[in-house]
Amino acid sequence: MELLLILILSAFLGFELIARVPSQLHTPLMSGSNAISGITVVGAILAAGSGHSLWGTLLGTAAVIFATVNVVGGYVVTDRMLNMFEKKSDSAGPPS
Amino acid sequence: MSVLGLSLPFLNAQNLNLNLNLDLNLAREFLYVFSAVAFVLGIKLLGKQTSARQGNLLSAGGMLLAILATLLSTGLHFQWILLGLLIGTALGVVLALRVPMTGMPEMVALLNGLGGLASVLVALAETLIRPALGVLSSGAGYLSVLIGGITFSGSLIAWAKLSEKLSGKPLRFRGQGLINLLLFCLSLGLGLLYLALPSPPFALLLIAGGLALLLGVLAVLPIGGGDMPVVISLLNAFSGLAACAVGFVLLNKVLIVTGCLVGASGLILTQIMCKSMNRSLAQVLFGHFGASAAAAGATGPALHAHPLTGEEAFYLLESAETVMFIPGYGMAVAQAQHAVFELAELLNKRGTEVFYAVHPVAGRMPGHMNVLLAEANVPYEQLLELEEANTRLPRVDVCLVIGANDIVNPSAHSDPHSPIYGMPILDAEKAHNVIILKRSMGQGFAGIDNPLFFLNNSRMLFGDARESLQTLIREFKTC
Repeated sequence: MELLLILILSAFLGFELIARVPSQLHTPLMSGSNAISGITVVGAILAAGSGHSLWGTLLGTAAVIFATVNVVGGYVVTDRMLNMFEKKSDSAGPPS
Repeated sequence: MSVLGLSLPFLNAQNLNLNLNLDLNLAREFLYVFSAVAFVLGIKLLGKQTSARQGNLLSAGGMLLAILATLLSTGLHFQWILLGLLIGTALGVVLALRVPMTGMPEMVALLNGLGGLASVLVALAETLIRPALGVLSSGAGYLSVLIGGITFSGSLIAWAKLSEKLSGKPLRFRGQGLINLLLFCLSLGLGLLYLALPSPPFALLLIAGGLALLLGVLAVLPIGGGDMPVVISLLNAFSGLAACAVGFVLLNKVLIVTGCLVGASGLILTQIMCKSMNRSLAQVLFGHFGASAAAAGATGPALHAHPLTGEEAFYLLESAETVMFIPGYGMAVAQAQHAVFELAELLNKRGTEVFYAVHPVAGRMPGHMNVLLAEANVPYEQLLELEEANTRLPRVDVCLVIGANDIVNPSAHSDPHSPIYGMPILDAEKAHNVIILKRSMGQGFAGIDNPLFFLNNSRMLFGDARESLQTLIREFKTC
């Protein structure tokens, strides 16, 4: 069961990756990993492009739209949040 | 290479028909490896302050690579795909750029729901396209519909609660737990039937989808608004698992790896968040919180709070040597983060020591306050985490609580019957003076009373937080 092995290994990887994250990064992290969960767009593309039947294509195309909104929206939102953190560390200029 | 005749070589991967399109398939698998690595590194970099933005860009690059790699699959009809990608991108960009920083939590909930919905649709489409899947794939298809459906409707309820289209208070009725359990067992039973039948009717899958939607709604409705961060985090993990299940339908490794990665990391994040509230996931999901909150709310002794005017607040602040701000969701609602920073800078210029205490679950998402304060350019070194803030609080002259409630509620220490008993809080009551900026005497998101408001060193500054702060700012500018 090659796929099962892959599944279990990536689960362990996921558990280890997140273990130490400062709390102020939890929101960007949640939103960034939410964008990654839009990976289902890969399946959506395969379904939308199969040309099998009208229903299959329509469902697939709708899935492509929703998954793409998830992906693009998620990345842009995360970048906007992180941009703010970055701006802050740059503008340490005015002494307190 | 009779590509066109063999409509979808990738889908025949089980037959190991790969050599027909060896080059393209190899290239695709190769790119998938790169994108999986980008996701892993991306998540890792996202966990560090200095590299978070690069991490996000890296993972976005990985996603682009995964999409391009998928487009290499032979036999695809591109027109529908491109249409979907274009519409989705446009919608995504517009939604993401138009949402204000204060609306981030509900935005994430909404996006997460769409991801779940997409997984449901893919599973349905694949079942139509290839009805004769193996046991593994059709089981996974059923699971994608179930998990994706729960993710979609649950996220929509979370979105409605966070954007206050629905009440943040837990909505409960008698026998709710039993009904949820029955629905859950029913959907699992249907799943077994679905696998057992030689050619299961498509309608069975649709019924499962309907059950999942209902289950998502019923599971999230009874959870109080204060717990929405945990719910969103859990649903985020769910949408990863749904994508992972889709991966088993398509036997696509990048979907399995990535979906599982998000699922696992989402579960860990959920656990971290539960821990910071000193509660178990079971307590959050099965509603101890809401149930006992209603009981606690009913038996409050009639106490009187001490209101004060903006001018009095100004005199307190003016003579203070150390001031600590404790922001909560009310600051987000009133969009008061810029006014907070302006007041803090004025105090700073007068030589007053200023800190911001950030509770890990303040607001509607972990780190919500950090994002808002960052937006207002608050210097990083003035932000204190829970423990450090609590060691400093006994020496703080004035503690300004801005739209926070449950995270400064002392009954978490003193009242074993309180639903938040045991939750770590910011000990605002230890400061010499506490000024609470609040719209009214209403209860917090958790729907419970707060004894802090009635202490002798507490003063209430009623009104919209931003307006109250601007009054104070004017006082400082004219003095």
